[in-house]
Amino acid sequence: MAIHDLENAFQQKIDNEIKIEPKDWMPDAYRKTNTRQISQHAHSEIVGMLPEGNWITRAPSLKRKAILIAKVQDEAGHGLYLYSAAETLGSSREQMIDELHSGKAKYSSIFNYPTLTWADMGAIGWLVDGAAILNQVMLCRTSYGPYARANVRICKEESFHQRQGFESLLVLSKGTKEQKEMCQDAINRWWWPSLMMFGPKDSESTNSDQSIKWKIKRKTNDELRRQFVNMIAEQVKLLGMTLPDPDLKYNNQTGQYDFGEINWDEFWNVVKGNGPCNEQRLQARRKAHEEGAWVREAAVAYAEKKQSRQPNEKTDAA
Amino acid sequence: MKIKIKKFYYGDIPGDEAGESIASPTITNDKAWPLWEIFIRSKQGLDHKHAGSLHAADAAMAIENARDVYTRRQEGISIWAVESKNIHASNPDDAESFYEPASDKIYRHPGFYQLPDEIKHM
Repeated sequence: MAIHDLENAFQQKIDNEIKIEPKDWMPDAYRKTNTRQISQHAHSEIVGMLPEGNWITRAPSLKRKAILIAKVQDEAGHGLYLYSAAETLGSSREQMIDELHSGKAKYSSIFNYPTLTWADMGAIGWLVDGAAILNQVMLCRTSYGPYARANVRICKEESFHQRQGFESLLVLSKGTKEQKEMCQDAINRWWWPSLMMFGPKDSESTNSDQSIKWKIKRKTNDELRRQFVNMIAEQVKLLGMTLPDPDLKYNNQTGQYDFGEINWDEFWNVVKGNGPCNEQRLQARRKAHEEGAWVREAAVAYAEKKQSRQPNEKTDAA
Repeated sequence: MKIKIKKFYYGDIPGDEAGESIASPTITNDKAWPLWEIFIRSKQGLDHKHAGSLHAADAAMAIENARDVYTRRQEGISIWAVESKNIHASNPDDAESFYEPASDKIYRHPGFYQLPDEIKHM
């Protein structure tokens, strides 16, 4: 089949909502974009463990500590679902991890902001995971099968993340004066970076909407961001807190919230690696990888030794 | 195909390099843990179903890792781990001819047979 016939057949499948599976023919750019996007998503989950891991030892109660550990463990799991989805496209795990550690691969910029107080754990769950859920719910319907299935799994677990975050802030919002201030301060610091998670404005980019044509993405950055603002602007009222945007106002005509301009200089600065914690995050990942090297090697040595001793050992399938 | 995606979508930060090195052959590291496919039985009476894959040094570790990765909320009561290299698969390119023999045999379906209304529940 000529290449353009293959491309036409491919697009036809996409148009008919038939998922693309690993061994199917796909255009090179489709493979590359999915690899980039899925590995970035995986890296974000893994790096995302760091700002929260920072508070595990200092969680205010055993209950909160157990919840936080469970949440961080979920992030690790999400990273693993996604890495294996990306591997189906031909990249090896080592290659992806190397690219993260060398700074070549990107991850969500939100994790380059520091977590200064306990209230940040609540704000991250509510705002950051809230923003991530909107993207991931959309991605449950993405055209690449393994990525869609990974997102279905993720979304089932992510709802707990957002709910525990909101509930944690709710407790603070009913607490002492200091707790209330801490709650508002965390919201103030995480609001704008959360809005930035959705990426540049649609009008910023003159590039083709190929990802939409291929149904890798089904909503634009601005569509998702608007959905997020409408949701959070209502929820914040239940906390009795405010969002740090004087221009945030319900628009009776559109039935949506209008909101102020994002600081795009800050956005690009953090994307380019100059955020408050970019270097720290990568260092922590590299350190964990290097210090874990002996464990990985020992496990291989142990497996080899065991196999050489009992070549015929097998457990019957249950 | 000349398409190059440069548009910056949520969760897809474009870059000249980021994640685009797959054109080069995949690095194979001898020390890397092999890949395993994980199948999970969610409850007694149901089939094991493919859940996903993971890396592990050996079968015992694959099963333990599968428990941690795929059953954190009691999604399973039994796990199969199969090293991915041992899975043999049909070729999607041949799907049309491979499955063609079944396509014209509608008489294999119960609805093919017209029976009198008096016969209920057959």
